[in-house]
Amino acid sequence: MTFFNVEKIRKEFPILGQEVRSGVPLVYLDSTATAQKPAVVIDAMDNYYRTTNANIHRGVHYLAEKATSEYEAARLKIANFINANKPREIIYTRNTTESINLVAQSWGRSFLKQGDLIILTEMEHHSNLVPWHMLAQEKDLRLEFIPVTEDGELDQVVYDRLLDEGPKLVAFSHMSNVLGTINPAQEIVRKAKLAGAVTLIDGAQSVPHFDVSVKELGVDFLAFSAHKMVGPTGIGVLWGREELLNAMPPFLGGGDMIKKVLLRSFIPNELPYKFEAGTPAIAEAIGFGAAIDFLNSVGMDNIATHEHALVQSALIKLKTIPSLQVLGENAVNRGGVVSFTLAGIHPHDVAQILDQYGIAIRAGHHCAMPLHDKYGIPASSRASFYLYNTEAEVDHLVETLHKVTEMFA
Amino acid sequence: MDDLYREVIIEHYKNPSYRGSLDPHDISFEDENPLCGDHIRVDLRIDANGIVTEAAFDGHGCAISQASADLLLESIIGKSVDQVKQLKKGDVMDLLGIELGPVRLKCALLPLKILKAGVYGLGEATDDLVEAE
Ligand SMILES: Cc1ncc(COP(=O)(O)O)c(C=O)c1O
Repeated sequence: MTFFNVEKIRKEFPILGQEVRSGVPLVYLDSTATAQKPAVVIDAMDNYYRTTNANIHRGVHYLAEKATSEYEAARLKIANFINANKPREIIYTRNTTESINLVAQSWGRSFLKQGDLIILTEMEHHSNLVPWHMLAQEKDLRLEFIPVTEDGELDQVVYDRLLDEGPKLVAFSHMSNVLGTINPAQEIVRKAKLAGAVTLIDGAQSVPHFDVSVKELGVDFLAFSAHKMVGPTGIGVLWGREELLNAMPPFLGGGDMIKKVLLRSFIPNELPYKFEAGTPAIAEAIGFGAAIDFLNSVGMDNIATHEHALVQSALIKLKTIPSLQVLGENAVNRGGVVSFTLAGIHPHDVAQILDQYGIAIRAGHHCAMPLHDKYGIPASSRASFYLYNTEAEVDHLVETLHKVTEMFA
Repeated sequence: MDDLYREVIIEHYKNPSYRGSLDPHDISFEDENPLCGDHIRVDLRIDANGIVTEAAFDGHGCAISQASADLLLESIIGKSVDQVKQLKKGDVMDLLGIELGPVRLKCALLPLKILKAGVYGLGEATDDLVEAE
């Protein structure tokens, strides 16, 4: 285990040193929305544009070769990071959302037919709901949902019952971006396979925060975004099993995704290029590679342990506020996210007042409206933690929330 | 610190004078801010001369949107419908007496949007109803 020193880590993130107003240092508790970037990532992208910029793949000149090899080197790093068999199973997309849409539009459209059942869960982000709504409308599919229990966990009894109905796909988030619940993904996938279903994991919140191995999970598709794991915006990944990806038709058509184009037809390129139409986010891919190196140098187990300590301490300290209710408080396995409501105070007001004290949290439905409906609330406040957050920041959050309740008392 | 939450705003949020409903009413309109789910309904009574005689609002939302609704309705009692139609963003800002960023501005302006959509008899409260003059 490498040594974990949060103060040293903070120094790597230029943005964290600032004051949002004079005398008010930034306390960034919104990494679930997007993570901050270390200097190595910013420098990798800056350096690419200063020294390497060229379009990739078909160039034969010095810069094109260099850009292509850096772009592909990042793909290999990502493949190793999630323990994938082959780099060609890593498809670059724009983000988690696009990755899921790719599966829905390419795999779903080709292999699902009228009346087929898709199992999702009540805790999904809109990005793992709406692509399936769209496909279900088009093809008249059936959607069923694993309910969320009072404790904020997936109801395995109902899941077992749904599996008896012969689902074609089970798609679920590895870790909820609202509740912080870490779902028993390996078990969910194992059962889905026994029932003959294809499986997709929304890893937007898991891949950034703990060690995720597609081999161990046994899953078929994994979607995640670079920007939530200290990488740049504009790039994400769809990992898929090679056999499945090979059987799927292309998603977007254009340059790069073809082997041969005739006037009236085309032959698609091989993996992964078949799914990467047009000039991709080259600098972003290289930045993503630098982000992976950075996370590896800190150690994913260290990150998970650090976040676990912060969130457990936050949960205990938040109990000192009687009017505060944590969503899914009793989930056994949870990551560094706490969503809560304060009686009689709207989350927007909470977030706005915290902002006056330099604390950045998120208020709203966090792109999970059905989950908030389930709890009977329009919105919640969410604090989330990452490798650069400190115990002192947790204390500052709790103290300031006390002030908020006093203001509205 | 906490300039946004001037006492007047907290006061109007916690103890609004115009919360409720009017039945019968001459105008009633409701809508919401899709970004945050804040929801407001405004009911008005208007006399034969086109003057607003009574007003009420209901709904849920943050302190800014709810206080803005209460202050706005207080300000239009005795005004003519034509005067209400002239109200703009600046009038709401004067009532609230605070500076707001783009996100919270939407909260503050939601009541006026709904009020104006109501008096104009529109089906939907749109941003151009309250944009700067
Ligand atoms: C669980 C989960 N899924 C999907 C997404 C969507 O990620 P992106 O906006 O990068 O596509 C998010 C981001 O908020 C998320 O938290």
